[in-house]
Amino acid sequence: MFAAPTNTPRTTPITPNTPWLGRSVERPEDAALLTGSQRFMDDLGAPPGTLHAAFVRSPHPHARIVKIDTAQALQCPGVHAVITGAAIAAFSRPFVVGVKAPMEHRSVAVDHVRYQGEPVAIVLGDTPYTAEDGMALVDVTYEPLTAIVDPQDAMDDGAVLLHHEVGSNVVADRHFRYGDPESAFASAAHTISIDICYPRNSVTPIECYGLVAEFHSGSESYEVTSNFQGPFALHPVMALALKIPANRLRLKSPPASGGSFGTKQGVFPYIVACCVASRIAGRPVKWIEDRLEHLMAATSATNRVTMLRAAVEADGRITALDWDQIDDCGAYLRAPEPATIYRMHGNMTGAYDIRHLAIRNRNVLTNKTPSGLVRGFGGPQVYFALERLIQKMALQLGREPLEIIRKNLIAADDFPYRTASGGLYDSGNYQAALQLAEDDDRIERLQQRQREVRAVGGLYGIGMAAIVEPSISNMGYITTVLTAEERAAAGPKGGAVATASVSIDALGSISAHISSVPQGQGHETVIAQVVADGLGLTPDTITVNTELDTGRDAWSVASGNYSSRFAGAVAGAAKMATDRLRSRLADIAAAHFDCDNTDITFADGTIGATGSAIKSMPFRRLGATSHWAQSTLPQGMEPVIRETVFWSPDVLAPPNATDEINSSAAHGFVFDVCGVEIDRDTGRVRVDQYVTVHDAGTLLHPAMADGQVRGGFSNALGATLYEHFSYGADGSFQSGTFADYTVPTAAEVPDIEILHVQTPSPITPLGAKGIGEGNCMSTPVCIANAVADALGREDIELPLTPSRMFELLDNQEPPKPVASGNGLERPTLRRADYTVTGHGETHVPVAPETIWPQFFDVQAIQSIVPGCQSIEEVDPYHFKGQVNLGVGIVKGLFDADVRMEDVVEPKSLCLIGTANGPLGSSNGEAVVVLIPDETGTRIRYSYGINLSGKAAAIGGRMIGGATKILINEFFRRLAARVAPEHTEPSTLLIKVPDSIQKLWRSICALVQGGRS
Amino acid sequence: MPILSAGQRHKITVTLNGEERTGHAEPRMLLSDFLRHELGATGTHVGCEHGVCGACTIKLDGQPTRSCLTLAVQVDGSQLETVEGLGASDGSLGVLQDCFRRHFALQCGFCTAGILMSLDTYLRDQPNAGEDDLRALLSGHICRCTGYTPIIAAALEAAEILRARELQPEQRGPDV
Repeated sequence: MFAAPTNTPRTTPITPNTPWLGRSVERPEDAALLTGSQRFMDDLGAPPGTLHAAFVRSPHPHARIVKIDTAQALQCPGVHAVITGAAIAAFSRPFVVGVKAPMEHRSVAVDHVRYQGEPVAIVLGDTPYTAEDGMALVDVTYEPLTAIVDPQDAMDDGAVLLHHEVGSNVVADRHFRYGDPESAFASAAHTISIDICYPRNSVTPIECYGLVAEFHSGSESYEVTSNFQGPFALHPVMALALKIPANRLRLKSPPASGGSFGTKQGVFPYIVACCVASRIAGRPVKWIEDRLEHLMAATSATNRVTMLRAAVEADGRITALDWDQIDDCGAYLRAPEPATIYRMHGNMTGAYDIRHLAIRNRNVLTNKTPSGLVRGFGGPQVYFALERLIQKMALQLGREPLEIIRKNLIAADDFPYRTASGGLYDSGNYQAALQLAEDDDRIERLQQRQREVRAVGGLYGIGMAAIVEPSISNMGYITTVLTAEERAAAGPKGGAVATASVSIDALGSISAHISSVPQGQGHETVIAQVVADGLGLTPDTITVNTELDTGRDAWSVASGNYSSRFAGAVAGAAKMATDRLRSRLADIAAAHFDCDNTDITFADGTIGATGSAIKSMPFRRLGATSHWAQSTLPQGMEPVIRETVFWSPDVLAPPNATDEINSSAAHGFVFDVCGVEIDRDTGRVRVDQYVTVHDAGTLLHPAMADGQVRGGFSNALGATLYEHFSYGADGSFQSGTFADYTVPTAAEVPDIEILHVQTPSPITPLGAKGIGEGNCMSTPVCIANAVADALGREDIELPLTPSRMFELLDNQEPPKPVASGNGLERPTLRRADYTVTGHGETHVPVAPETIWPQFFDVQAIQSIVPGCQSIEEVDPYHFKGQVNLGVGIVKGLFDADVRMEDVVEPKSLCLIGTANGPLGSSNGEAVVVLIPDETGTRIRYSYGINLSGKAAAIGGRMIGGATKILINEFFRRLAARVAPEHTEPSTLLIKVPDSIQKLWRSICALVQGGRS
Repeated sequence: MPILSAGQRHKITVTLNGEERTGHAEPRMLLSDFLRHELGATGTHVGCEHGVCGACTIKLDGQPTRSCLTLAVQVDGSQLETVEGLGASDGSLGVLQDCFRRHFALQCGFCTAGILMSLDTYLRDQPNAGEDDLRALLSGHICRCTGYTPIIAAALEAAEILRARELQPEQRGPDV
């Protein structure tokens, strides 16, 4: 059933004096968004003469670039330039890396590609269409290398190295020890451990990356408008790569951004690439990423292997944790990595009072897309291990998970609480949050439901998770990857400066500016509330500008939209700027009214004086005094026009000599409990009930806070049940469309119950903490715990797709129907590791001797191979040619090379082939056997194919079906050629196997926007 | 059927939100690109260009259509409606838009135009749509910000308001 949004009930009714903060006012952002008049990145005009960029990308996960031939592309009408990595390198240097390792990462690869989709060259065209025309004609010759996909394989001695200069695929390996974990383990009643693999996923915004970059030759500077969101710590990274002082790189943001969830941090290498392209071309360059590019090559959360052990007393109290984490950062340690693994460093003991801690963190490189910011950043990986361990612990000790959680929670009177690794938990009352979840028999009702479902043989599980949600990252936490000596040599790093300005114009109206670069979180709404409260105005009279221009606005290295820093830090800075403005205006008013400035009030759009003589004046009149009549200001007072505050929480020190680090300024709490029901036959996991209790300190806007919770939950549900960046064993990327990388829709995301506890943060100016990332950390493991409970299994790996559930349910695949009648074996392939295999049989009413020559006749082959454009004979058993093939929406020309081996005339042969084209490459084999019978020949065949590149990324779902159709068509044409009178017309278009028809129908249904 | 030449830009005239508009497009140009970059109607957004995310949904001769899966040359002479035409005649927000605002049914707003166009058509054809119907309809759209619940709430309320409006003339009756 549908339930209306649950806004936190206010304890007091709204009166004229009720502050605007804490109310769910309508968003000033919405009118423009709802009418289509708001401008996103691709809605902004570009300067006249702007060229459009298309990136040529590697179809291989790992290869050497042998040669790049740009001649054909340059001939293409509308193509202006093809810029290779080497040309980009002439005006840039590799990106700085967060660890001490000689790793070379450039915006466009030179000589060596390390993940599928890595940029190799940029084509500049008049339009995006002509740029893509040129892109398809850039001929890159690669020498493929063995790809490493599994991070544990990457650590093996003798593993193929991604970066020879580094000498290892492990780019950072640090051990940490806090308290006395060895003694705790030695004396513990139990040691309980769990091994976890957390998969790769992202939260994919619906707007992809976009930018316009322009080189100004006069000032040797670059100006960029992009949907980059920060952290602006990447501004120096870009400037250093461009070999310019930072004041020659001006970054601007568009008025609106179509979501980010962290991911738009990853646009920064493209900014560098397009800056240099603009310099080389002498024209502005615009680039709008497409969905395939985004899914394949933009960014990803890290996948992680974790081995976690706990020392546990007989009563269930945890005395120590021992973490061994292997974080797979993909092909390069791209800034701000290794941040994923260190963001949680101060809160590795979660919500629990655990004093002894050992941690080993390893950052490993594999042939996958570089990792980066994704909502929850570092949290999902940590809490999946920790809270799965709690569930396992309960099971092992014969206790309820809730009892284990409760026994170990930090006590409410222990705040502020210093964790073993140096985190400072500012406030909380975790017990109150648990109690809220238990109130109204919520948990009891879940247990009742579980009993009912189980009584009738169903599968129902209950899961829980208790997590600490950090917000407002300490810029210095990343340096925890360095040793204390290395940090001392590099200089200390810590803090997180938030910025806000409030100004008065000549008519006395108020504008505010913040450097938070929102992507839909309603920052304008909340800042207007903050400022209105401070100055006695209404929010609708305040104009808030959230665009950022580094050449003009106040900003810091910590600016940007990440680590849930808005509510705690940015809104807090806005409050401080407002207070400062108010205080100075009060001085002016006190002089005007001839009273003490403590008697000045701001209310209802007026500035007034209380006390003996009650006077007031419109705010706008008195507020504009500094513009019009400086002589009336109190003696010595500077004009009061704009107040800018730079605020950093004073609790964010650099890591100390013993590696203690308070990695975040604020720490919220989330407690989730859910019930899931599992369909035994389909493997579907249905979330029956979900309750999430949040303590994010003071809520500034309850409806938007709930919006953040719902959004985070739906992202997490995707990560839990559906979304996965899938790679083949050969490193080929397989999730290039939204039909492969499946994001939940309204039909999959259930409504949830949201409850709030509010223990204000003593650190942040408004008492607020982050709330938008918590569910990304708590929900995956909460649901996984419920599935573990339902199935009684420990090996829960995400995403819990029906096929994975099918394995967990130990369901047996029904036996395939056996071909009847002939008793003959199907031909055996030489290799067993093909991603697509198949076999078939056709009957031709002529003898094998008639068919046989067709396999060796150039003309015959050209007419029977579907899509064959040309063919030449190299030798009697070796042919080369060009074939036009399409899988789904991907169509292109492939250079094919086919050899025949094991030729036994006229009985059997094996075809070994490769096909290469701009859309990817493939290799495979087919074994063909001709068996004479009374009426002609039975042709039996088996085939196996491996595919990589764009074709695999986009067409993965359809390859099996498409291959089958093409192979069938090949043999139909063969039969038609040797026995035309006995052959059916082409089945290629009109007769499609049931499975393909079904697949096609579901694709059509998706495309048409509804469930059929 | 007109013969189109691959390399040439062809003149295309449509009625966009009630106004006749003319632009030019190569045969391969997507309708989404034509609307946005040729006619300047940038309220329609592009999210995937393969028909799954639904952000680019518009109304083509009254039916919801993925503009990223439609070629501009296909729509010559057609009636197109986009988010820019959804407001009330006085320039204020329409019923559905207003419900979206009151229910916080959008955050970044990038997917919203497509969702509004699908819902606008659906509520016209299915005025009594319930939550399950709306969830099924919206399975053709991806929103990453809201978790969908506020969108459903907004649509249900809009349906209710629109039904009430339809009823009003009858309730008044001849004697009132």
